[in-house]
Amino acid sequence: MPLELLKDATAPKAGTTYPLHWRGRLYAIVGLVLLLGVVVLVTSAIGSTDIPLSTLCQVLLAKLPLIDVKPTWAISVETIFFDIRLPRLLLAGLVGAALAVAGVTYQGLFRNPLADPYLIGVAQGAALGAVVGFLLPTSWQAASVPLLAFAGALLAVMVVYSIARVGKTLPMTTLILAGVALGAFLAAITSYLMIASGEKLHGIIFWLLGTFSLTSWWQVTMVIPYVLVGTIIIWLHARPLNVMQLDEEQAQQLGMNVEQIKLILLVAATLITAAAVCFCGIIGFVGIIIPHAVRLIWGPDHRFLLPLSTLAGASFLILADTAARTLLAPTEIPVGVITAFLGAPFFLYLLRQKKRAVF
Amino acid sequence: MFNLRLHEVSLGYGERTVLHDISLEAKPEEMLGIIGPNGSGKSTLIRGITRLISPNSGQILLDGHDVATMSRTDLARLVAVVPQNPVLPGLFTAFEVVLMGRTPHLGLLRHEGEKDLAIVRRAMEATQTVAFTDRRIGELSGGERQRLTIARALAQEPKILLLDEPTAHLDINYQMETLDLARELCREQGLIVVATLHDLNLAAQYCDRLVMLSDGRIYCHGTPEAVINARTIKEVYGAEVYVFRHPVNNLPATLIVSEKDRNKLRQKSV
Repeated sequence: MPLELLKDATAPKAGTTYPLHWRGRLYAIVGLVLLLGVVVLVTSAIGSTDIPLSTLCQVLLAKLPLIDVKPTWAISVETIFFDIRLPRLLLAGLVGAALAVAGVTYQGLFRNPLADPYLIGVAQGAALGAVVGFLLPTSWQAASVPLLAFAGALLAVMVVYSIARVGKTLPMTTLILAGVALGAFLAAITSYLMIASGEKLHGIIFWLLGTFSLTSWWQVTMVIPYVLVGTIIIWLHARPLNVMQLDEEQAQQLGMNVEQIKLILLVAATLITAAAVCFCGIIGFVGIIIPHAVRLIWGPDHRFLLPLSTLAGASFLILADTAARTLLAPTEIPVGVITAFLGAPFFLYLLRQKKRAVF
Repeated sequence: MFNLRLHEVSLGYGERTVLHDISLEAKPEEMLGIIGPNGSGKSTLIRGITRLISPNSGQILLDGHDVATMSRTDLARLVAVVPQNPVLPGLFTAFEVVLMGRTPHLGLLRHEGEKDLAIVRRAMEATQTVAFTDRRIGELSGGERQRLTIARALAQEPKILLLDEPTAHLDINYQMETLDLARELCREQGLIVVATLHDLNLAAQYCDRLVMLSDGRIYCHGTPEAVINARTIKEVYGAEVYVFRHPVNNLPATLIVSEKDRNKLRQKSV
């Protein structure tokens, strides 16, 4: 009589195992943290001047208090590491994490596996906003560029959402069509503005393709707060985001304030996308490759999907950026080219898999 | 005693009113069936009770409290719904979906504790869904998903269980099992169960009282014997049927008669 069991539901049976798989997933998080550490260490050794890993470790140890390491390395090594490579690595990591988290969030909110900041036009909206900001007087730029990027991104996501929605659902086809069309439209305006403005925006073309080549510490310190705040807000909503995978009526009937949660998550994801775009341009496909890979391996529960994607996204973009600066050295390839090169085939693969309900 | 009462409720979408002046009451340990043809407003009634839409006029009262003034969370702790065609995320496991039933008890930021996991486990045992705990939703059949949705509703620990066409996708055995379970919950847990049903025979067999809707109004209500007869079904559904008494329990049983035999039916009823 199964009902007998229901009555006394408050006393858990001792020794019953519950299939939440916390342990395996926690190991995965620890594993990806270690991976990120290794990636940072190894990639900072690679470059126009190779720094031996052993030297790198000594340089790092010397910075720690209470440890006395005699400097046996040239002062230039420290400069290269701390002023050039480390900020670049950190920015790439932050942006990779941001784009992956934004991708997971858009995919979860729209219940659509192909939502990615780049494919739904949000990144292009942010880029247009940022370019308009660059056209303003220099003294305003520090405030106006991020603000306008955010406004552009928010506007883009709202337009795409309202165009692509059919009744209560957001079908894959209309979302991608609306996103790609709006993205192309916004990119066209951006290109026009850049050409019309002449020399002032010449350098921006390289930025627009996505690059970390001009990174210094001030960009890192500018991006950190946006990404940190946005990511924390999204992580805190991981369980509600799970419930949102049901349709909105069921989520409401389970007691969720759906409209409020949608708004919070949309603003947070758009905020971190805008922050990423306005400092490093448009880097596509990170938001789609990483979440899908993580979902395939560790499942769709956002409580794990979000942190795992954050870590994997950071490692992935650091590696992609290392490829961008070393493959054709001394020429730099925009990192957006590398991610598109890897991401576009993956995207096509997902489109083909659609019949088998990837999501 | 905890009760659900609708007082002259009108419900609709925008300008269009679907339900007019509905007044009814449901009590614990009683199964209330809502019957009526397609488009008569059965599902709208359920959407109104869970406040997906708000009444244009009238009140929906849970134990005397107006649903309109309750928070969504409080409402979800009292009322659980098994929707007609629920969208369920294909990659989640059965267990994870039933776990979502704990949402109203957790608030925004808390995670499930041992108690929640135990409640979920038992809801799954009651609905006989334990066997596919770790299976992905996408791999399950319609009937299995239906039972999972019921398990999720039980995990909410509600006082009122609303079933919207609970038997729509089920074979005859699961139709009976589902409604047997609903009645058991109703009798033994003291739940109020309100079910919308298409199948008049299931409605007659399982419900203590029936409300028959027609064009958004209550056409008649009462015991199955009082509500289901050839005349009401002809008037409300426009269908000519043969109604007799079930040989086992004397409840009304409805048989359909195909076009070619309608003349025989008319002779028989005269």
